[in-house]
Amino acid sequence: MVRFQNVQKSYDGETLVVKDLNLDIATGEFVTMLGPSGSGKTTTLMMLAGFEPATHGEIYLNGNPINNVPPHKRGIGMVFQNYALFPHMSVAENLAFPLAVRGQSKSEQEDRVKKVLEMVELPEFGGRRPAQLSGGQQQRVAVARALVFEPDLVLMDEPLGALDKQLREQMQYEIKHIHESLGVTVVYVTHDQSEALTMSDRVAVFEDGIIQQLSSPEELYERPENSFVAQFIGENNKLRGTVLEVGRDKLATVKLDSGDMVKALAVGVGAKGERTLLSVRPERVAIEPKKTRNTVTLTGKVEELIYLGDHIRTRMSVAGHTDFIVKVPNNAEHHELSEGQTTTVGWQAEDCRALDDMAA
Amino acid sequence: MTDVTASGVPEAITTSDGVPLKVSLARATRRQRMQALLLVLPLLLFLLVAFVLPIGEMLFRSVYSPIGPNVLPNFSKVIHEWDGEDLPPEAVFEVFVKDMTEAKKSNEIGKTVGNLATRVNYEIPGSRGLFTKSARKVKNITEGPYKEALIALDKRWENQHIWRTLQRISSNYTASFYLAATDRKYNEDNEIVRADPLYQIYLPILGKTLWLSALITFICLLIAYPVSYLLATLPLRTSNLLMIMVLLPFWTSLLVRTTAWIAMLQTEGIVNNILVFTRVISEESRIQMIYNQTGTIVAMVHILLPFMILPLYSVMKTIPPYYMRAARSLGATGTYSFIKVYFPQTIPGIAAGTLLVFILAIGYYITPALVGGSDGLLISNLIADHIKKTLNWSLGSALGAILLAIVLIFYWIYNKLVGVDNLKFG
Repeated sequence: MVRFQNVQKSYDGETLVVKDLNLDIATGEFVTMLGPSGSGKTTTLMMLAGFEPATHGEIYLNGNPINNVPPHKRGIGMVFQNYALFPHMSVAENLAFPLAVRGQSKSEQEDRVKKVLEMVELPEFGGRRPAQLSGGQQQRVAVARALVFEPDLVLMDEPLGALDKQLREQMQYEIKHIHESLGVTVVYVTHDQSEALTMSDRVAVFEDGIIQQLSSPEELYERPENSFVAQFIGENNKLRGTVLEVGRDKLATVKLDSGDMVKALAVGVGAKGERTLLSVRPERVAIEPKKTRNTVTLTGKVEELIYLGDHIRTRMSVAGHTDFIVKVPNNAEHHELSEGQTTTVGWQAEDCRALDDMAA
Repeated sequence: MTDVTASGVPEAITTSDGVPLKVSLARATRRQRMQALLLVLPLLLFLLVAFVLPIGEMLFRSVYSPIGPNVLPNFSKVIHEWDGEDLPPEAVFEVFVKDMTEAKKSNEIGKTVGNLATRVNYEIPGSRGLFTKSARKVKNITEGPYKEALIALDKRWENQHIWRTLQRISSNYTASFYLAATDRKYNEDNEIVRADPLYQIYLPILGKTLWLSALITFICLLIAYPVSYLLATLPLRTSNLLMIMVLLPFWTSLLVRTTAWIAMLQTEGIVNNILVFTRVISEESRIQMIYNQTGTIVAMVHILLPFMILPLYSVMKTIPPYYMRAARSLGATGTYSFIKVYFPQTIPGIAAGTLLVFILAIGYYITPALVGGSDGLLISNLIADHIKKTLNWSLGSALGAILLAIVLIFYWIYNKLVGVDNLKFG
């Protein structure tokens, strides 16, 4: 459906905002571009919408190159961050705008507007001005307007950024639901990882103008390919060290800076002597674990306990790192810990990923 | 929480010691209100002295003309009894002759025969001589019949028109300056008629003032719109530079700017020289661009342009670029998006700018006086003439009051169409 081929973008001719982007999006897919601000995700979206020309490379829509197609001829629906509802028009006029542009008759327009208002559950709001609607209602109208002319592809640029948390979560499901029922292709931009993980078929993590990883939400969380993704998605514990050897079972032996020797799954490292960043999710770490073949154990000192109801967030110093987090489930057999206590922590070697060390 | 009495009417809320809440609140904020009043007091006084009083004075002067009663006090009391048929009775003539004799002795400003002659001359051009001449000789008439004696002095005293005019101006208040300002007068039968075409000057000039102001406003809008758009959309560095270019003339003296246009547009000026040099026109056919309407229009557009740009800019600045993007993404061409989405949102700015420029333009004085010649003069130049040269302040005031009324009418229309709350001046 959409294909970016070697796309590069620079605003000032000195730095690249998007570096060699290659991305294929299938019809009906929900792809999210996720990344911190300034990572190039919005620029990529603007190039796809046609508001920014690509400096190099080609973008294809349904197999046709669209670099020289102006935005209004691309037939792509777009939902803007601030909704961009025209303030001088009523909701119905806003929704009829793309239909009027396409020369549809008044009665046709009315039909479609009515239908789409029902879809977003605002059937009574056609006569109001956007300023008379709440944020969530404006959001729905903006989505409806992007869909009313039945585009195959809809772009959404941080559409939920201005809503409060509860409404945001509700709208996530609604957008997801609309996507599934209409079968449109959605390209979604956000900096909120939980939004990306909840809604998407695939997530492209942007950083520094490069897609760091493009995979399903589950893959992204469970198997980050580099240290940026590991740190950006969810919480994780970092341990720095040097690779001593990489075994045939893809398990690397790493000597931590504290002197401890641990095994970890080699992902972003190959050669002996390379610096590495070990990443292990807090929920995979156990206190006083049962020993099995690949269990890694280290001693840790409890620094801080935060009671969170369903689990106890425990900050420990492990191997010289004082920000090692363990989530101790608040279940019947959990270990009672107290601050200052020394205990052992451990995890399965496969759950700990030896990644590139960005800081090195 | 309010207590409701048996009758169902809520009782007035009181503070805990029983003082009604409103009284208590007023007492608590009195000090603040007094302080606020003190702060604006100088401005209020200034406005009163420099704005409200002069305008009131102007409006008053445009209808108040006490010369008749001042110069001919007794005559003004009796002339009302005359029914306007034939000539006034002998008794009135007697009072007139005596008043004239008295007036001749007076040299108090506003009470001389000269003043009266001027006043009547406004009504009947060319009648001045009759009064000055008769005033010199009237003291010789010591006994009746006064009517015959006066007519013997000058045949024109037989003319009913003179007496009707005298009767009209014997009141302290008159509408005749408004009539004059709208090119109307009383004819010999005391009816209001249009002045002779030769003397019709104010309405044509007023019409020309309105038309030129509208034209200048429109040209300003045409020029200012794209400039404001650039100002609002260019990157900060470039737009700052552009803003300085807009404001720089604004900081220059009005006279300097106007005379600069004289240097540019005169027949031996820069524009003509360039046209001759590039052989667009020949040496003999240099274009007259100044001391006429063209000069007035060019210079005034230039001078009033910032008043159009600034409100437009301030409105455009608040229109985020994503509206246009949204329109384009919905399938509209650039032009269509502009007309349907961008332009309607700039209307408050257009309204403010046009109102401001138009009101400034219809009262503009210096520029048309300097570069307008005789063809590019506006109503304000006539007003100034009456205040400074002909010293007919009352007519000047009447013209000024009409101008004020026009401004208020336009303001009212704008308020109806756009709503003053929507005006944005920046």
